[in-house]
Amino acid sequence: MTTNSTTPASTPAQSAIKSGAQIVVDTLIEQGVDTMFGYPGGVVLPLFDKLYDAPIRFIVPRHEQGGCHMADGYARASGKVGVIITTSGPGACNLVTGLATAMMDSIPIVALTGQVRTELIGNDAFQEADTTGITRPITKYNSIVKDVKDLARTIREAFYIASTGRPGPVLVDIPVDVAVSKYSANGPVEMELPGYKLRTKGNARQISLAAQAINESKQPVLYVGGGVIIANATDQLRELAKKAHIPVTMTLLGLGSYDQREPESLDMLGMHGAAYANYAVQECDLLIAVGARFDDRVTGKVSTFASNAKIIHIDIDPTSISKNVRGDIPVVGDAKEILSELIKQVEFCERKRWFARIAGWKKKFPFCYDRDAATIKPQYVIDEICRQTKNSAIVTTGVGQNQMWTAQFYKFIGPRQLISSGGLGTMGYGLPAAIGAQIAKPDATVIDIDGDHSFNMTMTELATAVEHNLPIKVCIMNNGYMGMVRQWQQLFYNKRYSKSYLHNPDYAAVARAIGATGITVDKKEDVPKAIKTMLSEKKPCVVDFKIEREENVWPMVAAGKSISEMDGLDVLESLA
Amino acid sequence: MKHIISALVENKPGVLAHVAGMFAARAFNIDSLVVGRTEDPKLSRMTIVVVGDDRVLEQVRKQLERLIPVVKVQDFAGKPVVARDLMLITISAVPDRRPEILTLIEMFKGKVVDIGQKFIMVEVSGPEEKIEAFIEMCKPYGIKNVARTGTIAVPRQAKET
Repeated sequence: MTTNSTTPASTPAQSAIKSGAQIVVDTLIEQGVDTMFGYPGGVVLPLFDKLYDAPIRFIVPRHEQGGCHMADGYARASGKVGVIITTSGPGACNLVTGLATAMMDSIPIVALTGQVRTELIGNDAFQEADTTGITRPITKYNSIVKDVKDLARTIREAFYIASTGRPGPVLVDIPVDVAVSKYSANGPVEMELPGYKLRTKGNARQISLAAQAINESKQPVLYVGGGVIIANATDQLRELAKKAHIPVTMTLLGLGSYDQREPESLDMLGMHGAAYANYAVQECDLLIAVGARFDDRVTGKVSTFASNAKIIHIDIDPTSISKNVRGDIPVVGDAKEILSELIKQVEFCERKRWFARIAGWKKKFPFCYDRDAATIKPQYVIDEICRQTKNSAIVTTGVGQNQMWTAQFYKFIGPRQLISSGGLGTMGYGLPAAIGAQIAKPDATVIDIDGDHSFNMTMTELATAVEHNLPIKVCIMNNGYMGMVRQWQQLFYNKRYSKSYLHNPDYAAVARAIGATGITVDKKEDVPKAIKTMLSEKKPCVVDFKIEREENVWPMVAAGKSISEMDGLDVLESLA
Repeated sequence: MKHIISALVENKPGVLAHVAGMFAARAFNIDSLVVGRTEDPKLSRMTIVVVGDDRVLEQVRKQLERLIPVVKVQDFAGKPVVARDLMLITISAVPDRRPEILTLIEMFKGKVVDIGQKFIMVEVSGPEEKIEAFIEMCKPYGIKNVARTGTIAVPRQAKET
């Protein structure tokens, strides 16, 4: 995570008398912000007036939620802090889902919200909401600035808190009278965060114990989460896995931390993870968790998870350690620093039998689908997208089946490629996140592999993509259903498809009406060409793939089951 | 099991809401929560009595430490502390029962802080067990009102290195 500058030194310009709004803009620039997202409104007029000619690229979404997901996608793709500004009341409330999404996945965002005048607070004023109260549980920290002299310091603190330790969204609420108050700073403004202490260096003895455990183990597994990508520790991960010869399985947010083409990769584990990953974890004698939090999508029935293994847990957040699963050897600190130390102390071990067992599982239960089907299989579409982009696109997703198939069939090779709402599972995340990612990486190919109803939730943001000429690609896996809901209704509710089927518009026509390119694909043989056309499009492009209506995601660990008790293995075996 | 945790927090608006909100969101069971200023105007001390096993206590401590406005957390589990609770209690006290009530108050080292024709208000402080015992003894007379601060605790100095 790149830490934004926190130098408190004041420049000559800072000693001049400035309005709160000017202080905000100057502080943003000082923090290295060159891009931000936001939507105007009454109580942020003073701020927007200063932004009018500020040297900051500004993107206005069509809905604040979209803007927040854009800031989120921007942060995940670039490693920088995503910045969004909205007005009070409804503007701030519309950020809630976006902030909760970022909070769950530990993404650095600074949200600035306008607020009614200080003397009106608590009076049910026009467009007033208790923003700090509403967003307290879904932000790493928030505050309201009641005095203009605290403004610069509070914003600096916001960037510092958002981008360090375990990152997260931070909100600063700015009443309109504070934004117009004048103030002249007398010298440098130090941050005042007595309760925020960073601990990055792991305990030497713990690291030593961990190294010893690795060297003594016969069947180890590296279980890697989003934390490794946040820590920019993927080189160290690779070195450790190769040096000590350990297979690597990744969570949804960990995908891309290890090149999935490499033989050590076990791909994703958990509820819809690979059978070979789940078996490896259940059979291992040592589980090395790095930057992962033993989420319930991964563990299945917690009491049965990795029950034969000693567990090493390397994480920057002490609250994650021994929260769901007991860590036998906890190491608190930064993944990059700890892995670097660990690498020095581990030895190579061939582990021939272990890798042979794993190879057997890989052969028997690969991710697969019926290649001879007459209908368009979503897995085939994703396979083809992966092939044509040479595994190197930035991919965002919606939530549900589209997300799971992407995780299974797009083989990621590097960090910050997969951008997906893992913890909160926010439908509608895909399109705005793709916009944010494209802005962060203008030369990259950015593809949103989405579901029809996920896409429908925020498709208004296509206009934002058109407005800014962003060549994003949207591939809609269109089956008419909320796919994952339908799958559960099929498996557990006797196919009673309650409210999971909705009317869809002609998405290609919608795209064209908004000013993007729109393509409809309803024949299997048209798939490769459509993808090729899409990839060469300079305008934003939506491709509506009419896929197999009732295709399921396999394997699946049903609720309450252990991850070695997967359903659908027979389907995989028969197709393998 | 009840455990006492003491936290030094920033003396700023919203901090109490932040801590209480975290406890609610994580579904921790709080028996009592007391907060007051310290000799440092920038800091307040919060004393929290948590109900749960060791695993819950570990999570409570870590989650508290993680909160930005929380500066320091001390877990008093297993450590010798002086713990006190202060109570104001209004007891029905008609004149002919007064002598025995006053004797009771003296036994518990309580102070009479208000008196009327039919009631006495008493201030009692001490460990939780003493407060609970006094309430029990007052029940036969009729309790009109009880207000308690909740527990505050400070580690015993003799054992501090």
